Amino acid sequence: MSGKPKLTYFNGRGRMESVRWLLAAAGVEFEEEFLETSEQYQKLIKDGALLFDQVPLVEIDGMKMVQTRAILSYIAAKCNLYGKDPKERAFIDMYVEGTADLMGMIITFPFTPPQKRNLALIIERATTRYFPVYEKVLKQHGQDFLVGNQFSWADVQLLEAILMVEEKEPTVLSNFPVLQAFKARISNIPTIKKFLQLGSQRKPPPNDQYVATVIEVLKKD
Amino acid sequence: MAIKPKLHYFNGRGRMETIRWLLAAAGVEFEEAEYLETRKQYEKLIQDGSLLFQQVPMVEIDGMKMVQTRAILNYIAGKHNLYGKDLKERALIDMYVEATMDLNEMIMFLPFQPPEEKEKNFALIIERATTRYFPVYEKVLKDHGQQFLVGNQFSWADVHLLEAILMAEECKPDILSPFPQLQAFKGRISNIPTIKKFLQPGSQR
Repeated sequence: MSGKPKLTYFNGRGRMESVRWLLAAAGVEFEEEFLETSEQYQKLIKDGALLFDQVPLVEIDGMKMVQTRAILSYIAAKCNLYGKDPKERAFIDMYVEGTADLMGMIITFPFTPPQKRNLALIIERATTRYFPVYEKVLKQHGQDFLVGNQFSWADVQLLEAILMVEEKEPTVLSNFPVLQAFKARISNIPTIKKFLQLGSQRKPPPNDQYVATVIEVLKKD
Repeated sequence: MAIKPKLHYFNGRGRMETIRWLLAAAGVEFEEAEYLETRKQYEKLIQDGSLLFQQVPMVEIDGMKMVQTRAILNYIAGKHNLYGKDLKERALIDMYVEATMDLNEMIMFLPFQPPEEKEKNFALIIERATTRYFPVYEKVLKDHGQQFLVGNQFSWADVHLLEAILMAEECKPDILSPFPQLQAFKGRISNIPTIKKFLQPGSQR
């Protein structure tokens, strides 16, 4: 028995990707079980493994944790990526909620009917609502990291969000020089650098097969 | 002089209601800024740089202009000892609260749905409440037999579950009939003095 956290999810990004990023950034090795059939999912439910019948599921420290934010908060706190006091924590939470909102738009994108998809809105939000905030935060304090002059969950998630948006629009950071420098800096942190290399547990962007698998697994009888 | 937290929102529940509940439960007096009623007011808040991501809720608290509902709730819970006594209790509270927030959000968005979707979404709310969410809390309470959801101590999870129960009952008054533990829980938590006060007419609910 390894004692490593075990992630149960589809073989793709979705809501689990932020968890993979955070564990990787913290240098925590983890195992994965991929959901491929409806039967697997139904069995998890019958076994009582999914508190609210939903994945992500992360088995960690004797708990079967569900609810992405709960999982991320636990990992961040455990791995000293949640600031050193309640106010730093408050800032990390605010920044993380902002990037989560932005990434949420991209996560749901492939599951939205094509005629309702709005890539332009995602890019607009990124470049007018979210990225300017982080650009300004970093510029104003001039530190390497978003909060408390220390690497935190907020930095990991911002890098994740930047890369996700760049996949949709490669030039999206062109007006954000401080974020460009941030991206390079955080990408070079050894644990992150490793995660960004081929062969890591980082998942590729969703394709049609991924969408089809999710729909199939979660289908109601 | 203790400065009261100041809430910026519309004159209604929305995403701010959970914050009002938590502050009230913690016995924290708070003020509400002029309710947002015009586009002009909202744009002024943005121009003043008060809204980090151009969104409300916004709560001025302890020298910060906090936005993002969960960030605000986490801070208040942590500050007022409503977040458990260790990381694992915190994890349980987070799991429970995330789920009740999912349910609350469905109810919160119902008025904003197009009329043709309302009936379907209403049915989904009832189904989720009675088959996905309430059975879990019923079992948690039954299994440990304690008064509160986590760690034998009043926490944010209890406040939020009560809020969700009352909102669900507004949708369907007999929704708790299969859940005796939750009925007892509702009675118990409603009687906590700070909550009892919040439930009375004239409160900021």
